[in-house]
Parts: sequence; C-alpha cells; structure tokens
Amino acid sequence: MDGVGVGEFGSILLMQGFNGLSVFSVLVLMALGLAIIFGQMGVINMAHGEFLTIGAYTTYMLSQLTTNYFPSAQPYYFFVAIVVSFLLGGLAGYFVELVLIRHLYKRPLDSLLATWGLSLIMQQLFRSTFGAKEVSATLPDWLLGSWQPTGTIDIPLNGLFVMALTILLTFGVWLFMYRSRAGLQMRATTQNRVIAGAVGINTARVDRMTFAIGCGIAGVAGAAFTTIGSTGPTSGSLYIVDAFLTVVFGGAQSLLGTLASAFSIAQTNSTLEFFLTGSSAKVITLLSIIIILMIRPQGLFSVKVRK
Amino acid sequence: MSIKFSGARRSVSAGLAALALAALTTGAASAAAPPTKTINTTGLKVTDSEVYVGQLHSATGTMAISETGSIQAEQLAIDQINATGGILGRKIKVIQEDGASDWPTFAEKAKKLLVQDKVAAVFGCWTSASRKAVLPVFEKENGLLYYPTFYEGLEQSKNVFYTGQEATQQIIAGLDWIAKTKGAKSFYLVGSDYIWPRTSNKIARKHIENVLHGTVVGEEYYPLGHTQFGSLINKIKLKKPDVIYSIVVGGSNVAWWKQLKAAGLTAEKQTILTISVTEDEVLGIGGENMVGHYSAMKYFESMENDNNKKFVAAFKAKYGPTAVIGDVTQAAYEGPWLWKMAVEKAGSFDVDKVVAASPNLEFTGAPEGYVKIHPNHHLWSKLVIGQWGANGQAKVLYQSGLIEPNPFPKGYQ
Amino acid sequence: MTAVKDLLKNREAVGMIVLAAIIFVILPLALDIFRLNLVGKYLTYAFVAVGLVLCWGYGGVLSLGQGVFFGLGGYCMAMFLKLEASDPVSTKIQSTPGIPDFMDWNQLTALPVFWQPFHSLTFSLIAMMVVPGLLAFIISVAMFKRRVGGVYFAIITQAIAAILTILIVGQQGYTGGVNGMTDLKTLHGWDIRTDSARYILYYACGALLFAIVFVGRFVLRSKAGKLLLAMRDKEERVRFSGYDVASFKVFVFTLAAVFSAIGGALFTLQVGFMSPSFVGIVPSIEMVIFTAVGGRASILGAIYGSLIVNYAKTFFSESFPQLWLLFMGGLFVAVVMFFPNGLAGILEQHGSKLAQLWPGRGRDAASGAAPATSPGMPAHAGNAAGEVGQLSSSARGAPSDAVTPSTVAASSAGAPARTGAAATVRAEAGI
Repeated sequence: MDGVGVGEFGSILLMQGFNGLSVFSVLVLMALGLAIIFGQMGVINMAHGEFLTIGAYTTYMLSQLTTNYFPSAQPYYFFVAIVVSFLLGGLAGYFVELVLIRHLYKRPLDSLLATWGLSLIMQQLFRSTFGAKEVSATLPDWLLGSWQPTGTIDIPLNGLFVMALTILLTFGVWLFMYRSRAGLQMRATTQNRVIAGAVGINTARVDRMTFAIGCGIAGVAGAAFTTIGSTGPTSGSLYIVDAFLTVVFGGAQSLLGTLASAFSIAQTNSTLEFFLTGSSAKVITLLSIIIILMIRPQGLFSVKVRK
Repeated sequence: MSIKFSGARRSVSAGLAALALAALTTGAASAAAPPTKTINTTGLKVTDSEVYVGQLHSATGTMAISETGSIQAEQLAIDQINATGGILGRKIKVIQEDGASDWPTFAEKAKKLLVQDKVAAVFGCWTSASRKAVLPVFEKENGLLYYPTFYEGLEQSKNVFYTGQEATQQIIAGLDWIAKTKGAKSFYLVGSDYIWPRTSNKIARKHIENVLHGTVVGEEYYPLGHTQFGSLINKIKLKKPDVIYSIVVGGSNVAWWKQLKAAGLTAEKQTILTISVTEDEVLGIGGENMVGHYSAMKYFESMENDNNKKFVAAFKAKYGPTAVIGDVTQAAYEGPWLWKMAVEKAGSFDVDKVVAASPNLEFTGAPEGYVKIHPNHHLWSKLVIGQWGANGQAKVLYQSGLIEPNPFPKGYQ
Repeated sequence: MTAVKDLLKNREAVGMIVLAAIIFVILPLALDIFRLNLVGKYLTYAFVAVGLVLCWGYGGVLSLGQGVFFGLGGYCMAMFLKLEASDPVSTKIQSTPGIPDFMDWNQLTALPVFWQPFHSLTFSLIAMMVVPGLLAFIISVAMFKRRVGGVYFAIITQAIAAILTILIVGQQGYTGGVNGMTDLKTLHGWDIRTDSARYILYYACGALLFAIVFVGRFVLRSKAGKLLLAMRDKEERVRFSGYDVASFKVFVFTLAAVFSAIGGALFTLQVGFMSPSFVGIVPSIEMVIFTAVGGRASILGAIYGSLIVNYAKTFFSESFPQLWLLFMGGLFVAVVMFFPNGLAGILEQHGSKLAQLWPGRGRDAASGAAPATSPGMPAHAGNAAGEVGQLSSSARGAPSDAVTPSTVAASSAGAPARTGAAATVRAEAGI
C-alpha cells in the first residue's frame, strides 16, 4: 500500500464504516415497507419492488416537470417527490389490497403467486408508459458529490441523505405503531384477529391501511433510490430478494428485528467486500443467512405469538 | 450489379433526409426483379415481391433497456431499404420475436424463425449469452445472423456477421491512448461478473503488463444487478490507480457511476475509461454523473461526418427528438445494409452465396464513417475516444486508424 | 363403497389414457418436429410440476427453488454432453484442446477434478439424480427437523436459488457462467440435434413422465400420501398422533427434487443446452405457477398446466411481442384469485354437473375431468385431516381445537365433501 499514509488509511476505514451504515440504510429502507406488510399481515408481496419503481418514476416525472416548468424550484422538488411518492405508492397499495390481497388472507402462499403476476403486469405497464430504456431524474445539486470534512475523507451526500431519510422514516413508523391509536389497532389485529374484531376494531380497514402504508413506504424508498441507483421498468426487482432476506432474517413481526438484520447483513457484506471480492462476499453473506436461519428459523428477533 | 456505394451519392435529394442513406444505393431497385426461383434455391421465404427477415431482440425483461435501440435502428434501416425499392426488387418484411432477456427463449425463437418462418436473415441478439444460445441453431439450420454488440471475441462462425467490435479492437487502442495522453501506469479493472468483462479485462491486463509495462493494482467483479459499490470505491481509493478501467453493465452501471460521483471520484480527481457506457446508458446514469469521463467505442452520436448527420436526422425523425443513439444502435443499423449489399453482390438470397459474397464488402455509407467486412466475419473499424458532457453527449477526442478484427488474438489468451 | 372406488379408479384411468393419447398420438401427428420439440420442452417442466403436486399440493410444502434441482439435473447431463462435444479434434483452435471451450476462455489448462467422472454416462445419470436429491435432503432435514415451514421455507428455498445462480455465474471457468453450457451435440456418438433424435427424445420424455406419474400416484395412494394430506391441513394433529411429520416432508421434498432433476436432464437433451437462467428465482416461481394453473392437487392437472401455460407463453409472445407479459400476469392473477384449484378444480366443479345433465355423455365429460377426480382433492382433504385430528384428539385427548382456529378454513371451501371418499381416506390412513 505505497502512497497511502496512516492518516489516509484511517480515513478509508472511516469511509468504509460509513459505507456499511449506508448499505444498512438502503436495506432498511427497502425492507421496512415489506416488513410491515409481511410482519403484520403475513402477506408476501412479490410486487414490492414494483411499488419501489412507482416512487422512482414519480420522482423522475416531477423532475421533468420542475425542469421544464419551474426551474427555480429545482433544489426543492425532491422533498415534494418523496411525499408524492408516498401518496401514489400508498394509493396503488390501497387499490391492490381492495381488489386482490384481501381475498387471499387465508392463503398466504397464494398471495405470493398473485402478487408475482401483479409484478409482471406492473413491469409491463411501466415499460409501455415510460419506454423500455432507463431514465434518470435530474437531482438537485445539493444531493450530488461528497462532503469533505478533511482532505482525505469523502462522505457521499446521497448516502447521508438516504441515511437521514431512513432514520426519519423508521422513527415515524415507530411513532405510528407504538404511539398512535391506529398503530395499536394494527398490533392488536396482528396478535389476535378474532379478539381484535370482537372489541370493535375494523380489522378489514386496518389491513387495508397497513398494506397502503407499507406500499407508500416502498414508494418513498423508490424515490430515495433514484439518488443511488437506476430507474427503469425492472429496477425494483434488483432489490426484492435482499429485502425479503432482511425481513425473514430479522424475524417477522418485529421492527427491531428488521433493523438488526439489516445492520448485520449490511456490515457483513460491506466488510467482506472490502477484504474479498464482490461475488464471493455476496455468496458468503447469503450462505451465512441460510445457516443461521436453519439454526434459528424464527429469525433473529421473534415476538412470541400463540399459534 | 455494383456494390460500390460511393459513386451513387449524387442521387441524394435534399428533401429526403430521412431516406438519404437508402438513396445511396445504386439503381438496383429499379431494375427488373429477377425470378424468385433463381435467387432462392434453398426454400427461404421469398416471394416475387417480398423477402422475410427475422428480428430477435429482448422487448421485455431486463435487457429491453439495452436492446430497444437496436430494434429501432434495424427497423429504420429496413424502412430505408424498402423506400428505395428493397432488395432484388423485393420489399423486406420483418417478423419480430421477443427473446424476453432469457437465453433459452432466444434459442427457441431463433429456431422458430429459421425452421418455421424460413427467414432469409435474422438481425438480433445483444448479450453474448443470447448469441451463444442461438449459435448452434444458426449453424445447424444454416441461418444468417447479424449481431450488433461489441463483444469478447473468441468466436467466428460461418453463419454470423459481427457488426460490433470484438474485444481487441475496442480495448487495445483505447488503453494505448489513455497511457499516452494521461501517462497512466497503474490500472484498476472493474467489471460485472460474466464472460465479456472477464475476457476483456484479461486482454486489457495482458496489454497493460506486456506492452504498456504498467501494473494492474486490482481486478474486481460484481454480480449482475449489484447496486452497492461503496466498498469497491474505498478499495480503489486505497490503491490510488492512475486509471479505473470499467466494464460494469446493466442496472449496476447506473449505481456504480452515481456512487463514484457521490464518493468524490469525479473526472478531475480520477481518470476513468469505460467500454460499457454508450449514449443509451448515459440516459439512465444521468449526464451530470458522467461529466469528463472517457468511453472507448467505435461510434458516438456526436461524430462529425455526412453519413452520421443523415443517420441521426433520420433516427430522430422516426423516434422523436429525444431519442439517443449509442454504439450498438449504430452497429445494428449497419446489419440490414451489409446484408443488402451482400445479397445484391451474390444475386441471391441463399445463405451460402450471401456468406461467400460478404468478405471485403465496403460500406462507405456507415454512420461511423467506413467499415469493411473481414473474411473472419467481423468488421474493420476505427476506435473512437469520447469524453462525456453533462448533456449526455460525448465529445470525440481521438480516432484511431482502421483496426483489423482479430477474434482470436495471439498472446492475449 | 367399492362401486364408488371403482368409478374413481376408472375415471382416473380414463384420464391417463386421454393424456397418453394426447402426448403419444395426437400431438406428434398434429405438429411438425419444431413444435413437437417445443412440446417436449414443456413436458420437462411437467416433471417439476408433478413434483410440486406432491410436495406442495399434498404436502403443503411450497418450494420456490425447484429450479435449483431442475438446473442441477440439467447441468449434470450437460457436463457429460459438453465433455463429449469437446474432443481434441473439434476444439483444436483452443490453446488447450480437449477441454470445454468456456474453460479455455477462462485460462483453465486442465479439466477440473470434479469434471473427470462426467466422462462416464452411467456416473452422469446417477449424479443427475443423486446430487439434487442429496441437496434437497440436506436442506429439508435442516429445515423440517427444526419445524421451519410455510412462508419461511418458501423464502429460504428462494434464497438458495439466488445463491446457486450467483455461484454458477461467478465460477464461469467451471460452469460456463451466465452463458451456460451451449452447443451440446451428441450422446455417446448419437447426434441429438437431428429430427429423428428429437422424435425419440420426445417419446422418451413422454414415457418417463408417465413413469413418474405412476410413482407419484403410488406414493399418494400409499399411507404416506394420506398422511401428507392430513399434515398439510392439520400438521399439529398428525404430529400429536405420533407420526414423525418431518420425515414425511423430507421424503416428499426429496422425491420432488429428483423428479425435477430428471426433467432438467431431459430438458438439456432436447434443447441442447443448459444455463443458469433455469436455476434462478423467476423460473422457480414460474414452475409453481404451471402447477397452480393446472391444479395443485392433481398430478394430471399439473401436466396440463405446464403444457397450457407454456403454450400460452409461446403463443402470446409470438403474437404480441410487446404486450405478452400483461396477458401472462393477468392469467396468473386470475387463476390464483378465482380458480385456486386450477383447471382441475374447474373441471371438478363443472365436470360433475355436466355428468348429471347428460348422463349418456357424462362419462366422456368426466374423463376430461379426470385430473380433478383423483381421490384427495382439497375438499376431501380438509375432511380427511379433520377426521384424523378428531380421532386422535378424542382418542388421546391431546390438543384442543382452539389452538389452530383457521388452518382448515381455506381448504374446506369448494366442492361439497364426499363422506365416502373421506371415510376411505381415513380408513386407508390406518387411524
């Protein structure tokens, strides 16, 4: 390692640490919506990636709109895009629940197949609407480049942004689930649907809201990922497997579990990538997940629910 | 019947910009069409007024992102050929099939086109994997494939014409250029994990070590579809290479360039040369993330020559002003033209005769300037270095002389 | 009782004969060799579908990683064929003649050790079944002994599919990478690319398919089959009745894996290459869809499902290259939403009505419906499990019903229960 001083090496280690956190945020962001839906409702949403894509295309459209009609709003449009992505993703989710998912609650494995069909349809709709080629949202300048606290440290601004958004969103979800009436109803429904219904909770409505919120969060994630990844008809499918593994590894029904699993997967992968090659890091990470799951099938954290 | 294109330019009419290239052909179209039985002795689907060809690309799936441009370019070339009377007095009819980004599907559809539809030629495939899947089919059924993508070489088939560059054409001159202009000595090779990047990097490594006497300080591959490149970027920072040589493809490409920019590795700080970014990819990456970086290709949309101006105008007239044209799109456009020239020289649609007529055909109307078919079925072509601007277009900095295609390079294996 | 049983048996026999007629007579007569070869390819997916009927439709174990076994079987076959295609003469252009071309491209100078035994056809054929079977066995023992099931198991199999794909793609010097193993030519000197070879392979494929159908039916008719059904609907009860639930699941999962592997090997032979795109998540889910469309609880239904979905895929993608995904997606959603028991379920419902309306032709209609009428449709299954459970709980006073309130609900919807069949099931289950 000629040419790299001790101080510089330290900077690189620091940046590597940040990278681990940044991957962690990405994992949390893509898994959060899925965790809520899967954990709370036991529904496998294979179209989760496509809800991400909704957010990404929303951001792209708003970016085009701003560039063409309100160039002065360019630095701020991204915040609007996040909110709109949440709303559109949520709306789509609400609709999908109404038409499709609610008929399949008693058949969780079937909901997996139906949502997979849905994901095919959505991909084709994106392709027909926006074209097969990838597009790129014009990002505001403050999201580009890096922050340099010292001469040798570069902290990616988009990484920082995604991280901040993840913290905010996770906190929001926690507030909603553990400090709001709606969240209480949601948790009650998860724990015992029949009793929850008996004490006057409209469980069908709770389900629909849960699904809509989960999809809305996917939309937000999609908007955020335009800063670090691609926007195309099949972009969402790049994330889906990792998101599933994160949720399962963490243990369903546990927000903390999702966070813990995202953290351990991210750090393992990012550290292995640094010392090994990219492909072998991926394989080792995936294998470890499987081995741990075989030893602990319920995932890292699991809420004890009577079955 | 003449196959020299250059002499016919006088016939170009100003009002027919969209058809300008088509008008480069000689008067063959106006001549009386020869009877079908004399120009088609092997049972291809040729009637007295039409000839059928196949088009086999991915219209769906992950590769649709890349292959759409090729579909459009081939369609444009065929329209232009038809507008000037077609081939041997026959209009070209296209049977389009979707390979769906799935290699076995490519093989199935290739077989369908050759066995059932009996097409005279197929324009198609994009990835090496899809070409490898259809190759046995074309060889067995004696079909004819025009393949547009730059690729790893190590292949030569009687039944395939490769209109993109093979690896040595794309790599060696580019490395020479960057070593000379940047004084680069140390290189970091990065790629997606499959045959094209690996073979290309193998050639690059041999050239760097044996010819340029430089060093390769790192060589890394990431799975297709990988989206997190932070660790890799830190490793690169640790090694401080003079040049990053990048062959990342697909959805990963966008993530890779966005994250490079975000990590502060802009063109001022780090020289990056890539052979996997064309105008099509920049559309997804965003020009602002590519500013100042270099691509080594045989074609850029911004190339200044008359052929290209007409081609770009015709393409945008057909597909809208925002359409972009990448290297492979241009190479795909050459396919139907090269086929037309060969058929007219052979005076027959028979595959064997077309193949025999092809070597040393010159296409002076090529948007990239000039190409010639080598007896090994690849094209003589130039290498061009482009530097990307924020508008998603490249500025041409360097153009090599004509490079001989050499799919089995000695000393590079 | 015996009359009902005879009829059922008869119907099933009729169903088999119809299918055999379609596969061995009608399709070869109606189609040219190109299309017939495509049908042969579809039939290889039917091997997977039959396996899925056993482990998913009956055992309740949904695997989203059947592509792994299909792929491994195919790869074992492909390794043998590739070695035969890579003789020193035809590979003399390489820097190391005599090894597969992709190895040469990846600078390998000698055949890796684990490739050596694949020079032998016998070894390859054994490996083709043992390797995937062993993998399935290990996975399923690890999972089922720890009582991992349902959704978790599905996702873990999915992860395994993802990992194996990454491994195959990454180790391209040994596996051919993303391109797979292409340009396979001969089997012991017999050119598999000729039309006559294609006919022979097609018939061999059909014959083997019927062989595994009989194996599958034998398993389902056996005591193990009844228990699988009971387990799917009330696993706890079967466990409390003293059965080792995990072992039955391991058995059926491994069997399904071996079926898939045979399908994969036949695929390689008929199509002439193998690639990692059969190992991944997408093909694995597609194979589940074939099964669901045909009817997850009907062996014959699953075969029809494989044929119909793949035909639809080919047809739509040839007719509407730009939009065919919409049709396919719509088909999957519709089947899952409205016809959870697939085609077999539709025929079950409407076939018997037809039989009542037109008694004279009823038998014919019922013969078409045969896939649906094999004993142990979900409707019966719910009862079977209930019976098993009630017997065991009343006999041993073990679990209370309140612990598992909803597990039967899904399966007991649908056609009216047939007490006769249910009683038979119970009787044959030996409880």
